[in-house]
Amino acid sequence: MKSLDELDKLREKLQQQMKVRDKDHEVTVKVSMGTCGIAAGARETVKALLEELKEQGLGGVALTQTSCAGLCQHEPLVEIVKGMEKTTYVNVDREKAKEIVRKHLVEGKVIKDWTTPDH
Amino acid sequence: MEMYRSHVLVCAGAGCISSACKAVQSALQENIDQYGLAKEVKVVETGCMGPCDLGPVVMIFPDGVFYRKLKPEDAAEIVSEHLLKGKVVTRLLHRQPGDPDQVTSFDQLDFFKRQTRIALRNTGIINPESVEEYIARDGYRALGKVLSQMTPQQVVDTIKGSGLRGRGGAGFPTGLKWELTARAAGNPKYVVCNADEGDPGAFMDRSILEGDPHSVLEAMAICGYAIGSSKGYIYVRAEYPLAVERLETAISKAREYGLMGENIFGTGFNFDVEIRVGAGAFVCGEETALLASIEGKRGEPRPKPPFPAQEGLWGKPTVINNVETFANIPPIILNGAEWFASIGTEKSKGTKVFALAGKVNNTGLVEVPMGTTLREIIFEIGGGIPGGKKFKAVQTGGPSGGCIPEEYLDTPVDYESLTKLGTIMGSGGMIIVDEDTCMVDLAKFFLEFVQEESCGKCSPCRIGTKRMLEILNRITSGQGREGDIELLEELSRGIKDSALCGLGQTAPNPVLSTLRYFRHEYEAHIRDKKCPAGACRDLLTYYINPELCRGCGLCAKECPAGAITGDKKKPHVIDAAKCVKCGTCEQKCKFNAIITV
Repeated sequence: MKSLDELDKLREKLQQQMKVRDKDHEVTVKVSMGTCGIAAGARETVKALLEELKEQGLGGVALTQTSCAGLCQHEPLVEIVKGMEKTTYVNVDREKAKEIVRKHLVEGKVIKDWTTPDH
Repeated sequence: MEMYRSHVLVCAGAGCISSACKAVQSALQENIDQYGLAKEVKVVETGCMGPCDLGPVVMIFPDGVFYRKLKPEDAAEIVSEHLLKGKVVTRLLHRQPGDPDQVTSFDQLDFFKRQTRIALRNTGIINPESVEEYIARDGYRALGKVLSQMTPQQVVDTIKGSGLRGRGGAGFPTGLKWELTARAAGNPKYVVCNADEGDPGAFMDRSILEGDPHSVLEAMAICGYAIGSSKGYIYVRAEYPLAVERLETAISKAREYGLMGENIFGTGFNFDVEIRVGAGAFVCGEETALLASIEGKRGEPRPKPPFPAQEGLWGKPTVINNVETFANIPPIILNGAEWFASIGTEKSKGTKVFALAGKVNNTGLVEVPMGTTLREIIFEIGGGIPGGKKFKAVQTGGPSGGCIPEEYLDTPVDYESLTKLGTIMGSGGMIIVDEDTCMVDLAKFFLEFVQEESCGKCSPCRIGTKRMLEILNRITSGQGREGDIELLEELSRGIKDSALCGLGQTAPNPVLSTLRYFRHEYEAHIRDKKCPAGACRDLLTYYINPELCRGCGLCAKECPAGAITGDKKKPHVIDAAKCVKCGTCEQKCKFNAIITV
């Protein structure tokens, strides 16, 4: 450790890995993990979300699972909660999951087309 | 970058280790691997989380779900339900007494809610073997700050301004100690950490060393900079092998990162720490005896002055602070003296860690602001007395302290208020006793401890405590005589005035304080040959209540002395002359017919 700056830089990096242990998260990403969700591939969705969060260095986002939301035919469902604002994405596969992280979480843009089921 | 969606924190404090947390931890890891979650979920071993009686305990983030009393068999359900599907396993949650709902998250528990954690800020939250996790929680930033932005005098002034006082027992102002050492003539100077925690029932320092060793190392380096020292020693007892192991790991990690050793932060400041393992003598917690022990001499105290600040280790100026005192230093540097001084009471600033032990529901480790009342600590955080029993007293300060009875439960805890009540803050052990505890017996227990641990150098402690113990033994065995109380008081005064070190001078405290608040119990033992709490076996008489006795004959069969006789289905009787007062009959009787008077 050569300087305080060096320590500060290291800490910022390490803090991202530790943010999961904060109790209050600004953003929570919930993946429905009922039997229906798992059958529709929600496990892959979770993995893809985590990969992309890692890629983007978003340690402060809590990635959690929730039970069946009652929209079984549109699983996997991903709900993003940012303060009071809630967005639910339907039929989220690996590619959509990564795109949601990039667009919604990084750029702050809701991808409207994916929030309603396409019949 | 390493990132997980969930961290599973497994408490590996001494309490949880003894309730087999390691088996739980490996069962969790096995199941996580089996379900293919190893890249998503990380299992982290932490230091003591605090609620030791609920162990093994686990906290799962990001939600902070708190599971208690886990068995390895529970791991599969936690992984398949909680970690995979996000469903909390409700049967493993804790329910607080009198609370209809189970508590999901750790911060909803009264035990955690009412605490203010400064010294324990990282304990139970981070992996003590990872310097990276310590750094992520602002670790070594305080050291970086003092080395690159502050003068040694500014560091001393900050600590002085914070009002921090020694957490080892005597409450000496830490900043002043540093200043005196900084100004003392002599070179080199030394920084010593007193980790020779010896009070029965106390485990604060142990938990900090086991749970957050870097906080102590960082603080010692800060102290070294403030007083102009480049060498530190940690004196820790051999009975704390885990603490020693984690300290060793921490020291080598800190050296690896260049946070210890030469030219730290490129500022030209050098500091390194060595561990000295003590053989577990109580007296080595006394600072002059501790220093002698580090020097390789017999652990015996010497008269003060000169104080260690002038002539300490190898005759050189030395700061000697306790573990908890050091653990408070980095947050004070980072948040400022005013911040710390805003917590606590007028003369006692900051927080204090207490180890709750004895007859209390939530035994474990708690940290509260100075000025918190005993009632809040024992009843609200500690959850009160188990088994519907009545609170009788709390012993603070270990064998050097004294007891506090019920009428003073609303006393705000700080150095002054405890001294006023005839006890001391001490290092923070709190032993709670209920109505079944005999106060003479309690005083005897502590005196026995001190007597055994007396180093023998001065006669008041060596002989005086022996005589006092003999008198107490006499009283509790029914041989007490008129005048014994007065003799105890006289001996106590003599020992207090003439013993060489703090341990001897405070040795009579348990007797004096129980005499102050529970004199009637001494009198009952001496005059009526009765133990009001029913604890002193020699003073008990076992008796069978003929109205409750069904004449089943079980007691007579079990009695090892053949003292019980009686016809079948008729009330039995105990022959007091033969009875050895073992209590077997009382335990065996199904009708509660056997009573002691």
